[in-house]
Amino acid sequence: MTLVDIPFWADLLASLLLVLGSILALIGSSGLLRLPDLFARLHGPTMGNTLGLGCVLLASIVIASVAADRLVFQELLIALFVVATSPVTAMLLMRAGIYRRRADGDKKAMPRPEENA
Amino acid sequence: MKRWPSVTLFTVTLFVLWLLLNNTLAPGQLLLGLVLTVAAALATAAIRPLRARPHHLPVAIRLFFVVLLDIARSNIAVADVILGPAKRRFNSGFMKIPIDLRDPYGLAALACIITSTPGTVWAGLTPDGSTLTIHVLDLQDEETWVRTIKDRYEHPLIEIFE
Repeated sequence: MTLVDIPFWADLLASLLLVLGSILALIGSSGLLRLPDLFARLHGPTMGNTLGLGCVLLASIVIASVAADRLVFQELLIALFVVATSPVTAMLLMRAGIYRRRADGDKKAMPRPEENA
Repeated sequence: MKRWPSVTLFTVTLFVLWLLLNNTLAPGQLLLGLVLTVAAALATAAIRPLRARPHHLPVAIRLFFVVLLDIARSNIAVADVILGPAKRRFNSGFMKIPIDLRDPYGLAALACIITSTPGTVWAGLTPDGSTLTIHVLDLQDEETWVRTIKDRYEHPLIEIFE
Protein backbone atom coordinates (compact mmCIF):
# COMPACT_ATOMS: atom_id res chain seq x y z
CA MET A 1 0.00 0.00 0.00
CA THR A 2 2.36 2.69 -1.23
CA LEU A 3 1.35 5.94 -2.83
CA VAL A 4 3.11 4.92 -6.05
CA ASP A 5 0.46 2.27 -6.71
CA ILE A 6 -2.33 4.79 -6.98
CA PRO A 7 -3.38 5.35 -10.60
CA PHE A 8 -3.48 8.78 -12.12
CA TRP A 9 -7.26 9.06 -12.34
CA ALA A 10 -7.68 8.40 -8.61
CA ASP A 11 -4.98 10.93 -7.79
CA LEU A 12 -6.61 13.51 -9.99
CA LEU A 13 -10.12 12.86 -8.66
CA ALA A 14 -9.00 12.96 -5.03
CA SER A 15 -6.99 16.13 -5.59
CA LEU A 16 -9.92 17.86 -7.24
CA LEU A 17 -12.20 16.84 -4.38
CA LEU A 18 -9.68 18.05 -1.79
CA VAL A 19 -9.27 21.42 -3.52
CA LEU A 20 -13.03 21.80 -3.91
CA GLY A 21 -13.63 20.92 -0.26
CA SER A 22 -10.93 23.32 0.87
CA ILE A 23 -12.37 26.14 -1.24
CA LEU A 24 -15.82 25.53 0.25
CA ALA A 25 -14.39 25.58 3.78
CA LEU A 26 -12.44 28.74 2.96
CA ILE A 27 -15.53 30.52 1.61
CA GLY A 28 -17.47 29.41 4.68
CA SER A 29 -14.76 30.63 7.03
CA SER A 30 -14.50 33.95 5.20
CA GLY A 31 -18.15 34.36 6.17
CA LEU A 32 -16.87 34.94 9.71
CA LEU A 33 -15.23 38.12 8.42
CA ARG A 34 -17.84 39.23 5.96
CA LEU A 35 -21.08 38.59 7.81
CA PRO A 36 -22.36 41.25 10.20
CA ASP A 37 -23.26 39.57 13.50
CA LEU A 38 -22.97 36.41 15.59
CA PHE A 39 -26.16 34.85 14.27
CA ALA A 40 -25.29 35.33 10.62
CA ARG A 41 -21.72 34.16 11.25
CA LEU A 42 -23.02 30.83 12.54
CA HIS A 43 -24.05 29.97 8.99
CA GLY A 44 -20.65 30.28 7.33
CA PRO A 45 -18.64 27.47 8.96
CA THR A 46 -21.55 25.07 8.36
CA MET A 47 -20.34 24.92 4.76
CA GLY A 48 -17.02 23.43 5.81
CA ASN A 49 -18.94 21.04 8.04
CA THR A 50 -21.15 19.69 5.29
CA LEU A 51 -20.14 19.86 1.63
CA GLY A 52 -16.54 20.76 2.44
CA LEU A 53 -16.23 17.79 4.76
CA GLY A 54 -18.11 15.62 2.26
CA CYS A 55 -15.58 16.39 -0.50
CA VAL A 56 -12.61 15.64 1.75
CA LEU A 57 -14.18 12.37 2.91
CA LEU A 58 -14.95 11.36 -0.68
CA ALA A 59 -11.32 11.98 -1.58
CA SER A 60 -10.28 9.81 1.36
CA ILE A 61 -12.70 7.06 0.29
CA VAL A 62 -11.35 7.11 -3.28
CA ILE A 63 -7.69 6.86 -2.22
CA ALA A 64 -8.29 4.31 0.54
CA SER A 65 -10.45 2.12 -1.72
CA VAL A 66 -7.97 2.16 -4.58
CA ALA A 67 -5.04 1.50 -2.25
CA ALA A 68 -6.79 -1.36 -0.46
CA ASP A 69 -8.28 -2.72 -3.69
CA ARG A 70 -11.76 -2.90 -2.17
CA LEU A 71 -14.48 -0.47 -1.12
CA VAL A 72 -13.53 1.35 2.08
CA PHE A 73 -16.32 3.48 3.45
CA GLN A 74 -15.68 3.87 7.16
CA GLU A 75 -15.28 7.61 6.43
CA LEU A 76 -19.07 7.68 6.52
CA LEU A 77 -18.72 7.43 10.29
CA ILE A 78 -17.01 10.83 10.41
CA ALA A 79 -19.91 12.37 8.51
CA LEU A 80 -22.38 10.66 10.83
CA PHE A 81 -20.67 11.87 14.00
CA VAL A 82 -20.26 15.42 12.70
CA VAL A 83 -23.90 15.63 11.60
CA ALA A 84 -25.05 14.22 14.94
CA THR A 85 -22.92 16.51 17.12
CA SER A 86 -22.46 19.84 15.35
CA PRO A 87 -26.10 20.94 15.90
CA VAL A 88 -25.45 20.81 19.64
CA THR A 89 -22.72 23.44 19.51
CA ALA A 90 -24.58 25.50 16.92
CA MET A 91 -27.67 25.55 19.14
CA LEU A 92 -25.69 26.37 22.28
CA LEU A 93 -24.01 29.30 20.50
CA MET A 94 -27.38 30.43 19.16
CA ARG A 95 -29.04 30.28 22.59
CA ALA A 96 -26.06 32.01 24.23
CA GLY A 97 -26.28 34.79 21.63
CA ILE A 98 -30.02 35.20 22.16
CA TYR A 99 -29.64 35.42 25.94
CA ARG A 100 -26.77 37.88 25.68
CA ARG A 101 -28.74 40.14 23.38
CA ARG A 102 -31.64 39.95 25.78
CA ALA A 103 -29.36 40.80 28.72
CA ASP A 104 -27.89 43.71 26.79
CA GLY A 105 -31.37 45.04 26.16
CA ASP A 106 -30.78 45.09 22.42
CA LYS A 107 -34.10 44.02 20.99
CA LYS A 108 -32.98 44.03 17.37
CA ALA A 109 -31.83 40.43 17.27
CA MET A 110 -34.76 39.02 19.20
CA PRO A 111 -37.54 37.24 17.38
CA ARG A 112 -40.46 39.53 18.00
CA PRO A 113 -44.05 39.02 16.91
CA GLU A 114 -44.27 42.17 14.79
CA GLU A 115 -41.18 41.16 12.81
CA ASN A 116 -42.85 37.92 11.88
CA ALA A 117 -46.25 39.29 11.03
CA MET B 1 -39.91 -7.83 26.66
CA LYS B 2 -41.59 -4.48 26.21
CA ARG B 3 -38.31 -2.75 25.48
CA TRP B 4 -37.01 -5.41 23.16
CA PRO B 5 -37.56 -3.69 19.76
CA SER B 6 -35.69 -0.59 20.87
CA VAL B 7 -32.80 -2.66 22.17
CA THR B 8 -32.70 -4.52 18.87
CA LEU B 9 -32.57 -1.44 16.66
CA PHE B 10 -30.06 0.25 18.94
CA THR B 11 -27.95 -2.89 19.05
CA VAL B 12 -27.94 -3.30 15.29
CA THR B 13 -26.87 0.32 14.84
CA LEU B 14 -24.08 -0.01 17.40
CA PHE B 15 -22.97 -3.29 15.84
CA VAL B 16 -22.69 -1.75 12.37
CA LEU B 17 -20.81 1.22 13.87
CA TRP B 18 -18.40 -1.16 15.56
CA LEU B 19 -17.70 -3.08 12.35
CA LEU B 20 -17.24 0.15 10.40
CA LEU B 21 -14.89 1.54 13.03
CA ASN B 22 -12.77 -1.59 12.83
CA ASN B 23 -13.21 -1.80 9.07
CA THR B 24 -13.43 -5.59 9.18
CA LEU B 25 -15.70 -8.61 8.95
CA ALA B 26 -13.32 -10.94 10.79
CA PRO B 27 -15.14 -13.53 12.96
CA GLY B 28 -13.33 -12.44 16.12
CA GLN B 29 -14.43 -8.83 15.67
CA LEU B 30 -17.98 -9.95 14.83
CA LEU B 31 -18.17 -11.85 18.11
CA LEU B 32 -16.54 -9.09 20.16
CA GLY B 33 -18.80 -6.49 18.56
CA LEU B 34 -21.89 -8.56 19.26
CA VAL B 35 -21.00 -9.03 22.93
CA LEU B 36 -20.05 -5.37 23.39
CA THR B 37 -23.11 -3.93 21.66
CA VAL B 38 -25.58 -6.18 23.46
CA ALA B 39 -23.91 -5.30 26.76
CA ALA B 40 -23.98 -1.59 25.92
CA ALA B 41 -27.63 -1.73 24.87
CA LEU B 42 -28.66 -3.53 28.06
CA ALA B 43 -26.55 -1.26 30.27
CA THR B 44 -27.97 1.94 28.81
CA ALA B 45 -31.59 0.76 28.50
CA ALA B 46 -32.47 2.53 31.76
CA ILE B 47 -31.30 5.95 30.54
CA ARG B 48 -33.19 5.66 27.26
CA PRO B 49 -36.74 5.54 28.56
CA LEU B 50 -38.38 6.54 25.28
CA ARG B 51 -38.57 4.04 22.49
CA ALA B 52 -37.97 5.26 18.98
CA ARG B 53 -40.27 3.48 16.59
CA PRO B 54 -39.18 4.50 13.12
CA HIS B 55 -41.04 2.91 10.27
CA HIS B 56 -41.47 3.53 6.52
CA LEU B 57 -37.90 2.84 5.48
CA PRO B 58 -38.50 4.05 1.87
CA VAL B 59 -39.64 7.43 3.21
CA ALA B 60 -36.51 7.63 5.35
CA ILE B 61 -34.25 6.79 2.42
CA ARG B 62 -35.99 9.35 0.26
CA LEU B 63 -35.65 11.97 3.02
CA PHE B 64 -31.93 11.18 3.26
CA PHE B 65 -31.39 12.00 -0.40
CA VAL B 66 -33.62 15.08 -0.24
CA VAL B 67 -31.51 16.37 2.64
CA LEU B 68 -28.28 15.53 0.81
CA LEU B 69 -29.45 17.46 -2.22
CA ASP B 70 -30.62 20.41 -0.10
CA ILE B 71 -27.29 20.53 1.75
CA ALA B 72 -25.44 20.74 -1.57
CA ARG B 73 -27.81 23.39 -2.90
CA SER B 74 -27.76 25.56 0.20
CA ASN B 75 -23.97 25.35 0.32
CA ILE B 76 -23.96 27.08 -3.04
CA ALA B 77 -26.61 29.55 -1.89
CA VAL B 78 -24.66 30.46 1.27
CA ALA B 79 -21.40 30.79 -0.70
CA ASP B 80 -23.28 33.12 -3.02
CA VAL B 81 -24.47 35.25 -0.09
CA ILE B 82 -21.03 35.40 1.55
CA LEU B 83 -19.28 36.39 -1.67
CA GLY B 84 -22.13 38.60 -2.82
CA PRO B 85 -22.79 42.30 -2.29
CA ALA B 86 -23.14 43.72 1.22
CA LYS B 87 -26.87 44.24 0.81
CA ARG B 88 -27.54 40.51 0.69
CA ARG B 89 -25.29 39.80 3.66
CA PHE B 90 -27.37 41.98 5.98
CA ASN B 91 -30.55 40.11 5.25
CA SER B 92 -30.52 37.54 8.05
CA GLY B 93 -33.11 37.23 10.78
CA PHE B 94 -35.27 35.02 12.95
CA MET B 95 -38.52 33.53 11.80
CA LYS B 96 -41.16 31.31 13.35
CA ILE B 97 -42.60 28.09 12.02
CA PRO B 98 -45.64 26.25 13.40
CA ILE B 99 -44.64 22.67 14.14
CA ASP B 100 -46.88 19.58 14.24
CA LEU B 101 -44.11 17.05 14.89
CA ARG B 102 -44.08 15.95 18.55
CA ASP B 103 -41.93 12.83 18.69
CA PRO B 104 -38.63 13.73 20.44
CA TYR B 105 -36.57 11.57 18.09
CA GLY B 106 -38.25 13.18 15.12
CA LEU B 107 -37.55 16.63 16.53
CA ALA B 108 -33.92 15.69 17.12
CA ALA B 109 -33.67 14.56 13.51
CA LEU B 110 -35.31 17.80 12.36
CA ALA B 111 -32.81 19.80 14.44
CA CYS B 112 -29.92 17.94 12.83
CA ILE B 113 -31.36 18.51 9.36
CA ILE B 114 -32.05 22.22 9.85
CA THR B 115 -28.71 22.94 11.49
CA SER B 116 -26.73 20.83 9.03
CA THR B 117 -28.22 22.72 6.13
CA PRO B 118 -26.16 25.88 5.66
CA GLY B 119 -28.28 28.99 5.83
CA THR B 120 -30.62 27.84 8.58
CA VAL B 121 -29.91 27.25 12.27
CA TRP B 122 -32.33 25.96 14.88
CA ALA B 123 -32.85 28.71 17.47
CA GLY B 124 -35.41 27.22 19.82
CA LEU B 125 -38.71 25.51 20.35
CA THR B 126 -41.46 26.98 22.51
CA PRO B 127 -42.07 24.96 25.70
CA ASP B 128 -45.40 23.63 24.39
CA GLY B 129 -43.64 22.45 21.23
CA SER B 130 -45.95 24.28 18.86
CA THR B 131 -43.62 26.90 17.41
CA LEU B 132 -40.10 26.55 16.15
CA THR B 133 -37.79 29.54 15.83
CA ILE B 134 -35.03 29.34 13.27
CA HIS B 135 -32.42 31.80 12.14
CA VAL B 136 -32.15 32.21 8.38
CA LEU B 137 -29.19 33.79 6.61
CA ASP B 138 -31.06 34.91 3.52
CA LEU B 139 -34.47 35.89 4.85
CA GLN B 140 -36.40 37.08 1.84
CA ASP B 141 -39.51 35.02 1.59
CA GLU B 142 -40.69 33.55 4.90
CA GLU B 143 -43.57 31.71 3.26
CA THR B 144 -41.17 29.71 1.07
CA TRP B 145 -39.02 28.75 4.06
CA VAL B 146 -42.06 27.59 6.04
CA ARG B 147 -43.25 25.49 3.12
CA THR B 148 -39.77 24.06 2.48
CA ILE B 149 -39.30 22.93 6.05
CA LYS B 150 -42.82 21.61 6.52
CA ASP B 151 -43.15 19.78 3.20
CA ARG B 152 -39.62 18.57 2.65
CA TYR B 153 -38.60 17.64 6.21
CA GLU B 154 -41.43 17.72 8.72
CA HIS B 155 -44.02 15.65 6.87
CA PRO B 156 -41.63 12.77 6.12
CA LEU B 157 -40.40 12.84 9.73
CA ILE B 158 -43.98 12.65 11.00
CA GLU B 159 -44.51 9.66 8.73
CA ILE B 160 -41.35 7.99 9.97
CA PHE B 161 -41.62 8.61 13.70
CA GLU B 162 -45.33 8.95 14.52
